[in-house]
Amino acid sequence: MITATHYVMVSLVLLSLGIVGVMMRRNFITVLMSLELIFNAVNINLIAFSFRLGDLSGQILAIFVITIAAAEAAIGLGLIIAFVRLKDTVALDKANTMGG
Amino acid sequence: MDFLVSNFESIFFYLIAAITIAAGVGVVAFKNPVHSALSLLLSFVMVAILFVLRHAEFLAAVQALVYAGGIMVLFLFVIMLVNVKGLTPERAFLSQLAPLAVVGGVLLGLLCSLFILFGVFATGTGDIAALQSVDGQLVGNTEAVGITLYSTYLVPFEVVSVVLLVAMIGAIIFGRRDVALDGSGVGEVEP
Repeated sequence: MITATHYVMVSLVLLSLGIVGVMMRRNFITVLMSLELIFNAVNINLIAFSFRLGDLSGQILAIFVITIAAAEAAIGLGLIIAFVRLKDTVALDKANTMGG
Repeated sequence: MDFLVSNFESIFFYLIAAITIAAGVGVVAFKNPVHSALSLLLSFVMVAILFVLRHAEFLAAVQALVYAGGIMVLFLFVIMLVNVKGLTPERAFLSQLAPLAVVGGVLLGLLCSLFILFGVFATGTGDIAALQSVDGQLVGNTEAVGITLYSTYLVPFEVVSVVLLVAMIGAIIFGRRDVALDGSGVGEVEP
């Protein structure tokens, strides 16, 4: 018997993986991919509870999340292009102009 | 065989969930960004299958089209476009974290199995008909999502279209070559 709990757990694991990727990796592109993993975890949660509660709102919200994720990917990849033009690398360690 | 047939839903879910998580691990762990991107693609497809299992057929199609079709092409395009060589080696850094990752993974797995065992969040079955009907009439998931999106959620829908427009303009401005960060080249037209 598969319940919403199972889906929440898959989502939890994906979220953890995404957070680890965002914090640990030094490659700009991989960090963006980990962000996509986090968006997917959110969507799995929304769909699971939409089914459990018998409410379409969760699916609608998931559509909005996918839209925002697409916008985020476009902006992020544009940032990568600009960053590579400036520093000639995708290593996030080199993003230290402001001394952070 | 009887066990397989009677527990098909559970077995299928666990199989898909395992592939999803394995692909997620691959995204974080692969050294080569191309391998990470392909792993992410596998993860997207598996999440789409999870959506189908929860009777969100339209969302599964959108997931496959937008993520696996659109965003992955963008990622692969950028990976091919930029030079990913010359990175500071991450291998030593990551391998130091391996014992920590194993401990964290085991703890997370224990937590998950405890939650599933005691049904912490929600048990019981869902209401499939509610996801496929409008005003009590059974019309299918895609039509139900469409009618809800264009009636109840019309204003958020229009707002999100403005967000997409802003993102598009922003991405174009980021990608422009003729404006440098020091302001030189503003207004010049490339030959």
